[in-house]
Amino acid sequence: MTIHFILNGEKTTLNVTPDRRAVDVLREDCGRTGTKEGCGAGECGACTILVDGESRLSCLMLAAQLEGRKITTIEGMAVRDSLHPLQNAFIRHGAVQCGFCTPGMILAATSLMNHNPHPTRADIRAGLSGNLCRCTGYQKIVDAVEAAVRLEEEKS
Amino acid sequence: MTQVYLPRTLTELWTYLDGEPEALIYTGGTDLLVKMPAENANTAPALICLERLGELRCIRETADSILIGSTTTHAELLRHPLILAQLPVLAQALQTLGSPLIRNMGTIGGNICTASPAGDTLPPLYILEAEVELHSRKAVRILPIREFISGPGKTQLQKGEILSGVAVKKPADYNIHHFEKVGQRKSMACAVASMAALLRLSPSGLIEAARLALGSVGPTVVTATAIDESLIGKKLSLTSLAATAERIRQLVAPIDDVRASADYRRTVSGNLLLRLLDARTQ
Repeated sequence: MTIHFILNGEKTTLNVTPDRRAVDVLREDCGRTGTKEGCGAGECGACTILVDGESRLSCLMLAAQLEGRKITTIEGMAVRDSLHPLQNAFIRHGAVQCGFCTPGMILAATSLMNHNPHPTRADIRAGLSGNLCRCTGYQKIVDAVEAAVRLEEEKS
Repeated sequence: MTQVYLPRTLTELWTYLDGEPEALIYTGGTDLLVKMPAENANTAPALICLERLGELRCIRETADSILIGSTTTHAELLRHPLILAQLPVLAQALQTLGSPLIRNMGTIGGNICTASPAGDTLPPLYILEAEVELHSRKAVRILPIREFISGPGKTQLQKGEILSGVAVKKPADYNIHHFEKVGQRKSMACAVASMAALLRLSPSGLIEAARLALGSVGPTVVTATAIDESLIGKKLSLTSLAATAERIRQLVAPIDDVRASADYRRTVSGNLLLRLLDARTQ
């Protein structure tokens, strides 16, 4: 089937088998390999993408479900050469070790901030509770998201 | 290859179902698509995804009940003022369900149709006297949830029928709305045991009405009128609850599995009642 959707701001048309998983279409057909597959069962959050601004697991979505949606992957977060404030905060706070969970963490944090622009530390922990990191122990990830939240608050 | 249909209206849905009567139906995919690779790879004749069926995505209020459309996500329910204000026992359960990602995708209709003994919305729905609405091209029928769910993973849903919504009674007569789940961790945890409770405490602190439901400790949600009645006239104190806690431990019928032993589940089931000592009136 032919599907049309917006991928990171760009109109995209693809011929796909409808029952392929969205994570596979994004990685293999669109070359957006920033979207990772960890468990393939919705438990780890590595495949998190934004669908119309809200976080979803791309391992539990089929290609047909991309039709008509605005999809954001980690590659769509930076604006040209400027990293997204969350990406900068992750670098500054050492929130990345192996990096496999980082795209999912940043997109889950974006979805959290879209719904709640002033999350507390506890809200951030709860908001990222579907994303597993096996390296950092989470402390620095929560620090980074908190720093990005405070930065946004200072701007507004 | 399996065809995937995304109906936008019930009329479209019936047309797809007429053409593919064996199709598997899902909305969030958080249960079906997890099982698919192993069990159904290339064997499902077709898939019908209800995520775009706007008619079923709603929360409405009548004088004495609240109606929830089946494709309403858990996250939508948790953001809705009606649910937060009127159904705190359901909201508390939803907060423990999966993760934010799962709650953005999974729906209340899916949680009911999956009929897992550990389904987090089920104990609250049982004590809220939920009735499910089942829709086919030709008819609509209503069933109490306890009749709809007939066993682990088993429901009365027939071919050509979908669960279109669930209606619950407003628990206006109760001033304690309580849910607790014990799992192996806080997030993404399948319940080892859970309990939903509605109580009415008199100004002098006596229990005047009680409804309890336990999850994950039997083939379906466990409720018992005798247990509920044994609480009437009692105070919320350790000594007065201890006898009922023991009766709960005898009543439940849990199994051993990877998450916990049956013995542990039995002990925890009784202890969950004692946690009502910390519950606050609303």
